[in-house]
Amino acid sequence: MDLFNRQRSPLQAPEEKRVPVGLWVRCNSCHEVLFKKQMEQNLNCCPKCQYHFRINSKERLLMLLDGATWEEVDANIAPCDPLDFVALKPYKNQLKAGYSSTGMREAFLTARGKMGGIPIIIGAMEYSFIGGSMGSVVGEKVTRAVELAIHEKCPLVIVSATGGARMMEGALSLMQMAKISAALARLDDARLPYISILTDPTTGGVTASFAMLGDLNIAEPNSLIGFAGPRVIEQTIRKKLPEGFQRAEFLLEHGMLDAVVPRSQLRDYCIDALRWMT
Amino acid sequence: MAFEGLVFEEELVAIRKAIIAARTGGPEADSLVEELIRKHDILASQIFTNLSPWQVVQLARHSFRPYTLDYISMLFTGFSEIHGDRGFADDPAIVAGMAYFRGEPVAIIGHQKGRDVKQRLYRNFGQPKPEGYRKALRVMKFAEKFSRPLICLIDTPGAFPGIEAEERGQAEAIARNLREMSRLRVPIIVIVTGEGGSGGALAIGVGDRVLMLQFAIYSVISPEGCAAILWKDASMAETAADKLHLTSEKLLKLGIVDGVLPEPPGGAHADSRSMGATVGEAIAQNLKKLKSLKTAKLIEERYTKFRQMGVFTLALEG
Repeated sequence: MDLFNRQRSPLQAPEEKRVPVGLWVRCNSCHEVLFKKQMEQNLNCCPKCQYHFRINSKERLLMLLDGATWEEVDANIAPCDPLDFVALKPYKNQLKAGYSSTGMREAFLTARGKMGGIPIIIGAMEYSFIGGSMGSVVGEKVTRAVELAIHEKCPLVIVSATGGARMMEGALSLMQMAKISAALARLDDARLPYISILTDPTTGGVTASFAMLGDLNIAEPNSLIGFAGPRVIEQTIRKKLPEGFQRAEFLLEHGMLDAVVPRSQLRDYCIDALRWMT
Repeated sequence: MAFEGLVFEEELVAIRKAIIAARTGGPEADSLVEELIRKHDILASQIFTNLSPWQVVQLARHSFRPYTLDYISMLFTGFSEIHGDRGFADDPAIVAGMAYFRGEPVAIIGHQKGRDVKQRLYRNFGQPKPEGYRKALRVMKFAEKFSRPLICLIDTPGAFPGIEAEERGQAEAIARNLREMSRLRVPIIVIVTGEGGSGGALAIGVGDRVLMLQFAIYSVISPEGCAAILWKDASMAETAADKLHLTSEKLLKLGIVDGVLPEPPGGAHADSRSMGATVGEAIAQNLKKLKSLKTAKLIEERYTKFRQMGVFTLALEG
């Protein structure tokens, strides 16, 4: 039988390997091979289908802030390993790996900057640092960002990209949800604007706290947004999930978002909204 | 009939059955009853002093454990249930209402599990949907309007992970409760009576006092969920339970709960009345202290309490 002896068609995988790292990228959506420079000039969106690639926290601030400049704050807040947590890998090693791959101490970047001339406090989550998960440090940095906005009487913008609360710090991570939400209550009492930008992906305890508490909750197209992750839901209900479930457009349709805004319009959208609110 | 309890409590349950049988024997059996109780309590203290975190997880989930409605009937009078979120539906996984605690009007919110198959399905295994959290918020605001203290009893595996819960904004419902509870202008006492399952527990858990029963658990994720993700093997749940620091003893040390309520020998389900009495005393004492505080101070202290949670260091710059 020919069928069993037949060599696997060498078409797919090797071809992907042939795409030189750093020069070309393949679009995850339309599979077009793209010149990386060209994609970067398009704010890391596919020029052909507008698929939004994930970007890191610094790229996020670069595209959102006036003059692409900012002053970082709270950079010195660093993580511990309060539970001495070890699973397949020790948590301490994951923290070190996160630091060496991102140059950041934790999964959140806080900064002072301007948007359309308006001074703001801005924070962006770093998904490549342990999945953008929220432990004590992320919780503390977000809380300080909120308190700084209150202190300086200026608007707050937070960009989320996260898998949720960080398991390796146990209930300490869970409590960050309460801590941040309490600070946001004070921001709300102070009648200061808060724009929450949800990007791909935003799930778990972050969605169930500060990501959903903006005066405006807006998202980039096709971002995965939810409380429970799709795999957990699939296991619970033992059914395939409908197409587009938990995507930004799905949430918009169900009344959970104020707008879905393409990356190319995100900065202008925020400036317009901040001008209206301040 | 097969034994329905936990493996490590089988002997204890046998003694408890013998006690019940001996009690029917009239006054002459009194000494036997006393002897059996003594035997039970000694054995219980031997078994229960060295429980593993995984055994505590099993106790916290014990289906004979007192649930919210049991505490309501033991500790409160004139309970009148408030149903529905005024938007979509009533969620039986959360019960809420008006009641009196030792004569004083209070509001109660608590997760509710079921004991038999029918009840479990009706209560959705104590896993609320967004409408449950929105009902809870409505009752919180209701308590605030009439200046009634709020008592919240936590016992849930977590918020329901289903399609309809996501469609109706599970995350938003939880987030809003966290924010609103933090600034609610009445005293809030929270007691974790069984399972404190993540955001679904915390959504009624932002209180001035957060207490926990000795063998209750409170965790960012279930041990099974944690094992599946971090060990890629759900059978590692026992190890995960240990690593997550989810027991009352560990959480007290981490400053996540303010106090631990001791359980009777054999656990809360071995003697619900005595457990009820302990919970009642804790509510009474804390209510008295909290009511003596001015509202602004109450809210300030609540903020500070949660503000301090977390462990981090300050690195030298550069």
